[in-house]
Parts: sequence; structure tokens; C-alpha cells
Amino acid sequence: MELDSIEKLLEKYFEASTTVVEEEILKAYFLSDNVAAHLEQYAPMFQYFSKVKEERYTKPIPLKPKRYIYKWASLAAVLVFMVGLYFNRPSAAPESLEEVYTAEEIASAQEAFALLAMNFNKGTEQLYHLQEFEKNTNKFLNKKFLETGDTQ
Amino acid sequence: MVMPFKDKLYRMAKRLLVSREEAEDATQEVLLKLWAKKNKMASYNSVEAFAMTMTKNFCLDRLKSRQASNLKLVHSNYTDNSSSLQHQVEAKDSMDWVQRIMEELPEQQKLVLQLRDVEQYEYEEIEALLDMKPTAIRVALSRARKTVREKLMEKHSYGIG
Repeated sequence: MELDSIEKLLEKYFEASTTVVEEEILKAYFLSDNVAAHLEQYAPMFQYFSKVKEERYTKPIPLKPKRYIYKWASLAAVLVFMVGLYFNRPSAAPESLEEVYTAEEIASAQEAFALLAMNFNKGTEQLYHLQEFEKNTNKFLNKKFLETGDTQ
Repeated sequence: MVMPFKDKLYRMAKRLLVSREEAEDATQEVLLKLWAKKNKMASYNSVEAFAMTMTKNFCLDRLKSRQASNLKLVHSNYTDNSSSLQHQVEAKDSMDWVQRIMEELPEQQKLVLQLRDVEQYEYEEIEALLDMKPTAIRVALSRARKTVREKLMEKHSYGIG
């Protein structure tokens, strides 16, 4: 490339009226070894531009498919957990009372429950009295309140 | 799917955000967004232009929020120049200057210079990407190039003298 035309191109370059092709020519010239001494000061610009263009994006891209894998993995894990829970379920519910306990045991247990129920009912009866008492007190209090309300 | 232009996105993000980590984050974000929209992708005229615009907007948003939250720029990816006592390669040094000069440019000039001189886009493409008028692009580009030249000369003569 003629030095003359390079100078002209450079001038155009700084006026931003060069085309991409012309800029390519400039770049090639300044990347070559035989740059004229008085133009050497421009070389870093073009060297920098071409160096920067070499820069690559190196970080791996975590695209969505990976996330889908996680989703499915968690779903599968939950499924396995549920199945495991189903099969290893502690046999909490025995087949029936008669099979586990003898007739005497059941009878005595029923008796005990009956006793408990009786005593429990006794307790609730007492509570009924209390309720009655509260009703009367409320009546009394209301009356008292109304009276004092009247006097004021 | 390997996108042929992910490097371009990354370089633009780095131009705007300066720090390498942030640029990587931004690029990743944009690529993920693109991936999410991959079904609609066919309806866009140019995926690359769309991605570039997205990156640009994303980075500018980042910059804005950074300014709003008053965070300091963290330049972690190049070494402090003052400590480099021995100038190993002068050419590399002046390339660093160019980088620093470009960092000081206004955002728009930065973008235009990046798109034109580094990525070698045509003017029409830059118009579409930056939503600018052709004359405005030429003015910005000319100014950016001249600023780089002047600052470079300053440093150059300083280096010699």
C-alpha cells in the first residue's frame, strides 16, 4: 500500500468517512511491520482494536436444560421418598382387636373405659351446676348494672 | 447451541462495564434471556442485532443502577500501571493506554467505537442497534477516534519527554 494513500485513508478515518473495507486496509497496514515512522503513533489504536476482538467469552453458559434436570431430579426424589414411605410404613393399624387381644383383655379394657366415662360424666355434671351458677350471677349483675345506670 | 456472537456480546458488555466479572455476568444474563425466548427467535429479523441491543440496554441499566447506588467501579482485571517499574513491552503499554482512553469516553462514543472499529459493523447496523441517526453516529465516531488520537499523542510525547 502506498504511504500516500494510507495517509489519505487515515485522514478519512478520523472524519469517520471510511468504509469497513478501507478500515480493514488501515488495520492491516498498522499491524504489519513496516509502518512509517511518522505514523507509528497510530499503531497502538489499531493494534488494540484487533487485540480486543480476539477476546472470547469463556464462562460456561448454564442453559435451561440443566435446570430441567434439577426439576426432574427433585420430582423423582420426592417420588422415591413417597414410595419408600408407603412400603416401609410401620404397621400401626393391626388387623383387628380380636386377633391381638384375648377376650378377657378386651372386656377389662372396656370396663376400664366405662369407669373412666362414668367419672368423666360426673365431672361434667358438676360443670353444669357451675353453668347454672354463672347464669344467675349474670342475671344479678345485669340487674345491678341497670339499676346503677338508671340512677346516673 | 453455541452462539456465534456471544463473544461480541461479551466484548460490548466489557466495554461498557469495564470489569471482566460483571461483563461475564451480563453476557450470561442476556444469553439466558435469549434462550428463554428461543421459540420466538425466528420472528426476529436478526438475532444478533437483537442480542446486541439487549446487551447494550442491560449494561446501561447496570451502569445506571450502579450510579444510583453510588457504587465504585471495580477494576480488577488489569494491574496498576504505576507499579510497573519496568516497561516490558512498550507496544503493550500503549495498547493499555488505548483501553484506558476508551474507558474515559462518553458511553455513546464508546459504543460506536466498539461496534465500528472492533466489531466492524456497517453504519446501518449501528444505526439500528443504537437507534441513532447516521450523522450522529459519524459525529460520535469521529469525535471518539480523534479523542483517542489526541490522548494517545499526549501520552506518547509524555513518554518520550
